Amino acid sequence: MAASIYLRRRIVNVIALVASACATLLGLVFLAWILWTTLKSGVGAIGPHLFTRITAYADQGGLSNAIVGSLIMDVMALLICAPIGVLAGTFLAEYANRTRLGAIIRFLNDILLSAPSIVLGLFVYVIVVLPMSSLTHGAVSFSGFAGSVALALIGLPVIVRTTDEMLQLVPGTLREAALSLGIPQWKMTVQVLMRAATSGIVTGVLLALARLAGETAPLLFTAFGNNFMTVHPLDKMESLPVAIYQYTNDPSPDLHAIAWAGALLITLFILALSLLTRLLFSRHKVRYD
Amino acid sequence: MAPTPAHQLASDADRRSHRDARHDAWFRRLLKGCALLVLATLLGAALSTLWGGREVLFKDGFHFLTSSTWNPVADDYGALAPIYGTLVTSLIALVLAVPVSFGIALFLTEIAPNWLRGPVATAIELLASIPSIIYGMWGLFVFVPFMASIEPTLSDTLGKVPLIGKLFDGPPLGLGLLTAGIVLAVMILPFICAVMREVFQTVPTRLKESSYALGSTTWEVVWDIVLPYTRSAVIGGIFLGLGRALGETMAVTFVLGNAYDLSGSLLMPGTSISSSIANEFNEAVGTHRSALIALGFLLFVVTFIVLLIARLMLRRLSRREGN
Repeated sequence: MAASIYLRRRIVNVIALVASACATLLGLVFLAWILWTTLKSGVGAIGPHLFTRITAYADQGGLSNAIVGSLIMDVMALLICAPIGVLAGTFLAEYANRTRLGAIIRFLNDILLSAPSIVLGLFVYVIVVLPMSSLTHGAVSFSGFAGSVALALIGLPVIVRTTDEMLQLVPGTLREAALSLGIPQWKMTVQVLMRAATSGIVTGVLLALARLAGETAPLLFTAFGNNFMTVHPLDKMESLPVAIYQYTNDPSPDLHAIAWAGALLITLFILALSLLTRLLFSRHKVRYD
Repeated sequence: MAPTPAHQLASDADRRSHRDARHDAWFRRLLKGCALLVLATLLGAALSTLWGGREVLFKDGFHFLTSSTWNPVADDYGALAPIYGTLVTSLIALVLAVPVSFGIALFLTEIAPNWLRGPVATAIELLASIPSIIYGMWGLFVFVPFMASIEPTLSDTLGKVPLIGKLFDGPPLGLGLLTAGIVLAVMILPFICAVMREVFQTVPTRLKESSYALGSTTWEVVWDIVLPYTRSAVIGGIFLGLGRALGETMAVTFVLGNAYDLSGSLLMPGTSISSSIANEFNEAVGTHRSALIALGFLLFVVTFIVLLIARLMLRRLSRREGN
């Protein structure tokens, strides 16, 4: 009697462990499947034309304007969200660590971290695209600038959180040592704390870049898309994710091939970025969800 | 008032400390302003979508929520079909992703040898960094044909089961609610798994070892010790995944089929809030555009509540840890 209970418990245990190993395998299979598909379909379509021709040539063209547009908007987005995010994170860690306001902002920042990006796109549409259009009587509506504001909103919470957590890792003795020398607090924060946490803050900025570089939804109704090359931030601007989206929606297999090539570029960029940050700064452990 | 002699005699040091105090105050204000921008973003997103959708939200009010007609030609908009699609696909995603994430978390914290944990954990986390547009493409070009090939089998087997049979009844299109739900499940799996893995590691070793010492199997330790100890955080992680699934756009837009139908079958095409917005926004004008922004408002409110619950559940655990 007792033996059968033991046996049953052991069987249940083995089944559970095997099931959990299978679940892990399933997750890895999906990862491999997606990456393999992207690699296989993308490599064949990659060629010099991708970087030299614009999307206006359609299936005879490339993605050069999309690549340039993406680079411009990503960099502008970082220029907007990195300073704001670092300063906001500093406020949370240094000035509001145990206050009610700090707790509320930290809490809401975590919510912003997983808020739907398409709603942030609508937000920027209402506060940037519409006002600019009515101010200029329609001359400027969708623009690369609006696109980068939308992307900045996606990167912002990542940077706030990393800066906050990295500054909290800086030992308190460093603050006390600096303050006891008579340095004003702002100088201590900028020249001592931020310097001590530089690698962590840079990690946050890189992770924000990895996150916003692949975003499509918020760009659809802020930067819109543009089949021609432009570097002017107030023009409609093409971006890699939006070009991929449009080409995937098109029935032509030639365009699908170009879309896969773009997908491969963007995936390689983002995977390299996130692996790099992981390898370089694995000692800082922060969660991004 | 005449300046005091003390002020005239103020030493360099005194003036400097006044200046420093002033700079400190400005620095503090600057930082606070930046931090308040985070609040402003969330508030702004809610208010601006409410404002943009006012035409539909206030004019149609309740009708907008309960009607399943979506007719841009007649300017008649009801949000029921997109809401239904969003809820159903997110639910499918949760049903599939929760057990799998639990299995992976269990594997990574209790079973796998140490040398395997790091690489596998990194690989699972990589799933989270793949852009959603890639999920969408892969879903459309690879996974939809795959589903189309197995859906006849699904209909023949699960479709015959009483009660749930109706769910798997329909033409093998490949596109549809079930496919979208599965793609979403793969997308949210790393997020749920990361939370579970992290909180499983917070369980005090002496609790687990006590249980092992009494003769428990690994499964019993996890089910009876680890899970009860971390229950609220695990639920928080699940809600976090749900929040992701509700708002996800690009992964589902291609594979849902964009049909404003309320279908009882999971194999039928549907639509979701986010995919309706993504598909139609740039061609929409007037009331149509307002209706789409109103949809965005609904989505924001729902995900905000879900994420709020998630964060509250997660916070309860960290309080117990004493952080």
